[in-house]
Amino acid sequence: MRKVLLATYLGSAAALAVGSASANDELIKMSQNPKDWVMPAGDYANTRYSKLNQINAQNVGKLQVAWTFSTGVLRGHEGGPLIVGNVMYVHTPFPNKVYAIDLSNENKIIWKYEPKQDPNVIPVMCCDTVNRGLSYGDGKIILHQADTNLVALDAKTGQVAWSATNGNPAKGETGTSAALVVKDKVLVGISGGEFGVQCHVTAYDLKSGKQVWRAYSEGPDDQIKLDPVKTTSLGKPVGPDSSLKTWQGDQWKIGGGCTWGWISYDPALNMVYYGSGNPSTWNPKQRPGDNKWSMTIFARDADSGMAKWVYQMTPHDEWDYDGVNEMILTDQQINGQNRKLLTHFDRNGLAYTMDRESGELLVAEKYDPKVNWTSGVDMDKNSPTYGRPKVVAQYSTEHGGEDKNTKGICPAALGTKDEQPAAYSPDTQLFYVPTNHVCMDYEPFKVSYTAGQPYVGATLSMYPPPGETHMGNFIAWDNKTGKIVWSNKEQFSVWSGALATAGGVVFYGTLEGYLKAVDAKSGKELYKFKTPSGIIGNVTTYENGGKQYVAVLSGVGGWAGIGLAAGLTDPTAGLGAVGGYAALSNYTALGGTLTVFSLPN
Amino acid sequence: MRKICFVIAATILFASGGLAIADGPGDPAAVKKEDDGKWLDKEGNPTYKISADGTVDWFTYSGYRRYHSDCHVCHGPDGMGSTYAPALKDSVKSMSYGDFLGVIASGRKNISTAQENVMPAFGDNPNVACYMDDLYVYLRARSTEAWGRQRPAKKEEKTEAYKKAEDACMGNK
Repeated sequence: MRKVLLATYLGSAAALAVGSASANDELIKMSQNPKDWVMPAGDYANTRYSKLNQINAQNVGKLQVAWTFSTGVLRGHEGGPLIVGNVMYVHTPFPNKVYAIDLSNENKIIWKYEPKQDPNVIPVMCCDTVNRGLSYGDGKIILHQADTNLVALDAKTGQVAWSATNGNPAKGETGTSAALVVKDKVLVGISGGEFGVQCHVTAYDLKSGKQVWRAYSEGPDDQIKLDPVKTTSLGKPVGPDSSLKTWQGDQWKIGGGCTWGWISYDPALNMVYYGSGNPSTWNPKQRPGDNKWSMTIFARDADSGMAKWVYQMTPHDEWDYDGVNEMILTDQQINGQNRKLLTHFDRNGLAYTMDRESGELLVAEKYDPKVNWTSGVDMDKNSPTYGRPKVVAQYSTEHGGEDKNTKGICPAALGTKDEQPAAYSPDTQLFYVPTNHVCMDYEPFKVSYTAGQPYVGATLSMYPPPGETHMGNFIAWDNKTGKIVWSNKEQFSVWSGALATAGGVVFYGTLEGYLKAVDAKSGKELYKFKTPSGIIGNVTTYENGGKQYVAVLSGVGGWAGIGLAAGLTDPTAGLGAVGGYAALSNYTALGGTLTVFSLPN
Repeated sequence: MRKICFVIAATILFASGGLAIADGPGDPAAVKKEDDGKWLDKEGNPTYKISADGTVDWFTYSGYRRYHSDCHVCHGPDGMGSTYAPALKDSVKSMSYGDFLGVIASGRKNISTAQENVMPAFGDNPNVACYMDDLYVYLRARSTEAWGRQRPAKKEEKTEAYKKAEDACMGNK
């Protein structure tokens, strides 16, 4: 941990030297205080690790509910609250309410903000009206609304300081992701991969809300902010028109590559990292080529937005394996060498370990043994297909073609993991990963594009892997060797963000509604409590009045709620299907609640 | 485009009575087959035809496919519903064919202090609007459990008349 701290310190010092905003120094300092939780993942590195250790492997079994809070909203509750000093900020799905709660005064509501939004944005949100949380910076709370308005609220009063419009819901552009405050800017992505949106990440000025730069995922070099010579992919310059060359005609203009996941930041390198989503449509035959830079890890300069390196994980996607999952930044040793690493658990079922400075690919391995669409990534640097996944023809929907049902593909479009973020503990050097264990049939067919209308182009049917009786796993992963260290079966997909702590305990939620605590070393279950609804939120911890608390939003929904509510398709079962086909609706119902845990006095 | 226009006209004709009427579609028995392969019940509304050996009519098969592209992302697999939107296999039990077309073409809003359910209008989305009868027939078969939670393995072939109408509606050359 010391090394990370040092790097962060150096980073902030460097930032000062070039005269950058002091807001960021404040934020870096705040993120190092384990009593607070000031950014979506707890820190810029997206580790979701807390140094708090009052709750530990020995006493976590005694955990009890300290207080609860109803959000008053029924839809799927993703993300988690922020804690800044004595105030907790809780967000909700559409209509995107924000509550400021006074932790020092009986958890009273200090202020509440509820935007007025056109309800016509609701059905444009592909998979529930989720929101993945708030950001803090310069005394402001940043909210990314469903209608794409980015709003800065005075953290003390809830008054609107500024508002910026990031997209147009009438064209299918919506907001679900959390923004990230980096130095004097707010970085935010956009959703709409099922509506043919040309997606982007945009930086706004933290003081005024004025747009500073915008970088698209596909299009001409100036739009995607790639330098043909200086921007590299696997160590080589990308060359001119690296994106345009990989699309047929103008398809890139409705090419997707959405940016609805998480953003990380390395202050020492001054680089931001995020992934882009699926190319539009889901029918691969309608978009010949690699469709760059969809399904790509982007490493960009935080000030200018220019890409330093890119890596496309799933060229020419045939399965909807969005690349938006979080990039976790760690400093570890590989073969005795100190490396600045980026670890990413992709929807496509492969976990990537990369050098985050150079973009060199170090490890790419399956983190669910059932993954079958690829036989692995070509790791031979001299091979013409270096860095590309080898696609198994039997599971290629491009190979099968339009109107042909390709069966038994693992993972399903949900991915081996979706947006639910993993955690990393520097104590164990392990990653704790919530995963899906679901396969699918996928049949692409021709669709036509209408602005603001779904643009899907494939029929899906999902089910557990043959012979399996569960739909999820919670695993511990070694990113240096690319191996699973331990794996706990879960009845349903694990759709909750994990939390690792210095107490040697890892927390996560389940779709039935359990908050679970497991031993970081062994995975042994130490505690569970069933909250009022299924959990798709991320677990958070903070300290107030000398006491450590663990908080999580429950409120079932999201894609998990849509796909699993009635149970997966089992042609042989009637009502009351069990095991791998169990219906989530038999375990839990809608309702947003924050549940906060602590040890007894 | 012709089909879309027809559908919107149908919407005005049928949906003007409001959606409060909870009349189901009645006896699903197929009595007549159109040139495009569509079966009709005795009221003249589209219905399914499933043979003893499990062969489904083209519309049931096509409806299955279209449902699991554009509808299931909100309404869940196999018309079973989700945490986000109602189970259409149940919805079609208490709505007429005309109401069904009306809701797809024009959308609907069900907003209260507790719920914010909004269905978009698909009238100008050919991927949906050109296949409303297909969707209806499939969901009607699901509503009576005449067809279960599986993909139809055996089907009647797509007819020339259907192909022609589909191409015209989708704007294919």
